[in-house]
Amino acid sequence: MLGVLAVVGLLVFGLVSKGSSGVALGEAAPDSPLPRLEGGGAGSLADYQGRWVLVNFWASWCVPCRQEAPALEEFQRGHGGPRFTVLGIDSRDLSDDGREFVRRYGLSYPQLRDGDGDAAHNFGTTGVPENFLIDPAGKVRLLLRGPVTAEYLRDSVAPMLPEEKS
Amino acid sequence: MRPEAVSKDAGCVRHWLAPALLIALLALAPAAPAANDPPTLTKIESQVMCPVCGTLLQLAESPQAQREKAFIARLISEGRSEGQIKDALVAEYGNEVLALPQGSGFSLSAYVVPIVAFLVAAVALGFGVMRWRRAGGGGPPDEGRRTPCGPTGEDAERLEADLARYDL
Repeated sequence: MLGVLAVVGLLVFGLVSKGSSGVALGEAAPDSPLPRLEGGGAGSLADYQGRWVLVNFWASWCVPCRQEAPALEEFQRGHGGPRFTVLGIDSRDLSDDGREFVRRYGLSYPQLRDGDGDAAHNFGTTGVPENFLIDPAGKVRLLLRGPVTAEYLRDSVAPMLPEEKS
Repeated sequence: MRPEAVSKDAGCVRHWLAPALLIALLALAPAAPAANDPPTLTKIESQVMCPVCGTLLQLAESPQAQREKAFIARLISEGRSEGQIKDALVAEYGNEVLALPQGSGFSLSAYVVPIVAFLVAAVALGFGVMRWRRAGGGGPPDEGRRTPCGPTGEDAERLEADLARYDL
């Protein structure tokens, strides 16, 4: 009897620990410190509290990530500042490959490293690239499972951002 | 119990205990010579995971797996040891890149628990057999406490007769 209970307990534990992860629109974005891809130290979403943040999960070996990188950089140059930033998270990738990717595409926005994929798992990603727009309160406002395009950034992301005061 | 019976029981137990201990020691013996072999891509691929695919690296052909294999090949060409290569992989991908549990911390239990369980089972089996022998198991009821190893009485006579028939 005790053995049966132990087996059932293990099964329940397995189901609970394997339980669904990820975020839905309107939910708080998961946040935990990650090492910076370049320059050492750690960073997290909390560093950008009060800003809109477009979290972009990517990897250097991912072909669609290469395709979206120029659009993200262009959007960052047009909208990045005290109210908004793109935040790249290099996931399950070799750090040297990631740094080379950043150099090749001239990415100027901050980059974190998620080598073991824990952050990607917490966001509920199913692959790369995936993009999450986080509002200043830390809630997920947009979610795109796939590469962004310049059109998507212009038509879906830009309208949600506060207008820049000139 | 008389000393004579104890001695016979002990002798019987020794007959199977020695091979059992030998097998246990062989099973527990570390593969020291293999650990000193220079690392090869084939060997390491079979011991680490492709984190994206969730399979052994040797079975994976994804772009991430290709980069991981190239990374390992580069470290081998630099003369790194197997342990150093695995450490580098853990630094890049975390502990889950290892297909085998680590030999420290809680993961050590993955190695220790089966060995302890085997030893406990072997000791329990030994005691069980000794008690069974003392209780006269397997022998004629009237000679239970004196049962030597092998057949006794009529069985022994019949066996001798059979063996004599085949004696060339």
